[in-house]
Amino acid sequence: MTLKLIYKILVENWPMFLRGAGMTLYISIIATILGSLIGLMVGIIRTIPIPERGFKKGLLKVVNGLLSAYIEFFRGTPMMVQAMVIYYGSAEAFGISMDKYFAAILIVSINTGAYMSEIVRGGIVSIDKGQFEAAHALGMNHFQTMANVVMPQVIRNILPATGNEFVINIKDTSVLNVISVSELYFATKSIAGNTFIFYPPFVIACILYFVMTFTVTRILRLFEKIIDGPENFDLAGNQMQVAKPESMLQRKMGETHQR
Amino acid sequence: MDNIIEIQHLSKTFGTNEVLKDIDFSVKKGEVVCIIGSSGSGKSTLLRCVNLLEKPSGGQVIYKGENILDDKHDIYAYRTKLGMVFQQFNLFNNLNVLKNCTVGQIKVLKRSKEEAREVAMKYLKVVGMDQYINARPKQLSGGQKQRVAIARALSMEPDVMLFDEPTSALDPEMVGEVLKVMRELAGSGLTMLIVTHEMEFARDVADRVVFMDQGVIVEEGSPEQVLLNPTQERTREFLSRTLNK
Repeated sequence: MTLKLIYKILVENWPMFLRGAGMTLYISIIATILGSLIGLMVGIIRTIPIPERGFKKGLLKVVNGLLSAYIEFFRGTPMMVQAMVIYYGSAEAFGISMDKYFAAILIVSINTGAYMSEIVRGGIVSIDKGQFEAAHALGMNHFQTMANVVMPQVIRNILPATGNEFVINIKDTSVLNVISVSELYFATKSIAGNTFIFYPPFVIACILYFVMTFTVTRILRLFEKIIDGPENFDLAGNQMQVAKPESMLQRKMGETHQR
Repeated sequence: MDNIIEIQHLSKTFGTNEVLKDIDFSVKKGEVVCIIGSSGSGKSTLLRCVNLLEKPSGGQVIYKGENILDDKHDIYAYRTKLGMVFQQFNLFNNLNVLKNCTVGQIKVLKRSKEEAREVAMKYLKVVGMDQYINARPKQLSGGQKQRVAIARALSMEPDVMLFDEPTSALDPEMVGEVLKVMRELAGSGLTMLIVTHEMEFARDVADRVVFMDQGVIVEEGSPEQVLLNPTQERTREFLSRTLNK
């Protein structure tokens, strides 16, 4: 009976579910990428060694202060509340009517950025001091050291945590229904409202959320493996020409044919 | 004067701890200098002050007649003239053997990829690691890593090579392969400054041995002088401790 009901809801409303899931995936992919970029930049800036004196020291301190304020504020308040403040606030206080999808991506991105910058900072701090020293000894400056040696290792090391953020984003976009972004939760709520049947649509939403998060974690795991490279390596530059049995056989066959 | 590196009145303090006290010291072109001394004597710090991985608290570091500690001097360009080999190898974990040896050439010296590869292969052959260009650092043994690290430093074609206890983190049976490479380099006329605990090696390859204790240079001279006929009580004590293990 129940299964039949779920099936019926699915058959009648599948385009709406699919559009909702698509919107959820769209917002969370773009926001995770943008958020990771914000996190990388903020993380790098916050780990620049502070010079002992001069103008740069003052500037860096001010910038670091602002960045910590950003991180603390966005980590310390609920995304749902931020969505209300940013979306309705920009309209009512400043008269700017923001596109709600733009607002959605903005909110999720800066939220992810706040978390990611701490993850990136942790990743940079965890890289062995010897890696920095070896790069400096080759004559690399801070930027070259970061770009060629440190960041590639940091990115590899923070991939699992980034996957976490991605999964959280897929689930947490559901709070964006408060600014009526038609993501999966919003779509499910509408279906339930239209049909007066409640739990079956949410069971379907549940399954859809799970499929999305599970796929994303598997893809990221695969990506980790690709970065790690093959377990073994080939010896290169072997000067000896070793004949393979197949080629020897072929040569012999050729000779016999000529005869 | 053919002093390639000259250090005058160098001092270094960490907090209230005075690690180097008024060091005067120089290296001539083509010379192989070994620095010996017990742990905590300041010999590694001295080496790290030479390429400014540690900022000296006082004194001067003069390279080819120019004071490197001037504010206007480009320390990044200066460091490319010095090759550094670390105790802990410090190969770049994200790059394979070949790229470890080319990244500095391409990014810092702005050599072309082809040229960098050619130079890297030349020095990887010198250290006998040219077959391993596709391997990642984690796939190599300690001795192999250190040989690659030597090739990486040589690939920059520096004027001076600095070795900071290159065999101290190795298993006993791997010490030999690294020392063999270093002997060959010493024989080729390269200027080398080596911090080491290998007394036999120092005796064989060094033109000059420097003994340090508690942040000062106690004695320096030819290996025969310092290792076989030391004049200072502290040197004698140190040698009897290390040689009669």
